[in-house]
Amino acid sequence: MLRLEKTKENNYDILSITGEVDASNSVILDEAIQELIAGGSKFILIDGKNLEYISSAGLGVFMSYLEDFQEQGINLKICELTPRVYEVFKILGLDQLIPIYQDKTMAFAG
Amino acid sequence: MKHRLNLSCQTSALSELRAFLQQALHKASLSEIEKHQVTLAVEEVCANLIIHSHGCNPQDLIHLEVKDSSEKLIFEISDHGEAFNILEYEVPDLKKVMVEKRKGGLGIILVKKIMDEIEFESKNGTNTCRLIKWFRS
Repeated sequence: MLRLEKTKENNYDILSITGEVDASNSVILDEAIQELIAGGSKFILIDGKNLEYISSAGLGVFMSYLEDFQEQGINLKICELTPRVYEVFKILGLDQLIPIYQDKTMAFAG
Repeated sequence: MKHRLNLSCQTSALSELRAFLQQALHKASLSEIEKHQVTLAVEEVCANLIIHSHGCNPQDLIHLEVKDSSEKLIFEISDHGEAFNILEYEVPDLKKVMVEKRKGGLGIILVKKIMDEIEFESKNGTNTCRLIKWFRS
């Protein structure tokens, strides 16, 4: 099960992910990010509080945008990952490429 | 103790795989974070087979057997598709994945970092990938 919700706060487009991202549904995450870019978003915050699981299919979605985001000046941050999901980001070294914050407030300030 | 699952080659079966592994790993001597990681590694191998070796054909099956002893867990994944030898696959550099916007390759990095040993053999049309995780006591 995967549910995505978009909200706005402090100039950020917040994409909250609930459930599990795998090879069967990562395209939904991809489309949601594409919609944010198409809408002119410059600050994107992924809220991972309710993200229970993410496989390489979902991690690859984030990876595939990193270079474009750098070139286009789009700011991508992630917050509130659960410890087990955060460990997966760390195994891949994705925590070195995407800023990850403990909570939303810290992400806004960071 | 042995647990067996026949998995249909469609990505929608991956959630069934995770539910099976949760049951199979219930009593394993691993932390919750380690159980999460080995589940991910097994899923990555199965997802690769489903998508690349079987073209998401739901008629095809992957056989998974989980064997646990007092010292290690063995995940034996076998299929009759096109052989993919994970040991021969050169792990891409993360920056290269980013620049080339490749969505593949990350899964194999995860499998190789999470598992302690990986074995592969292809015999009489059956490919078997064995993922081994040792318990640290």
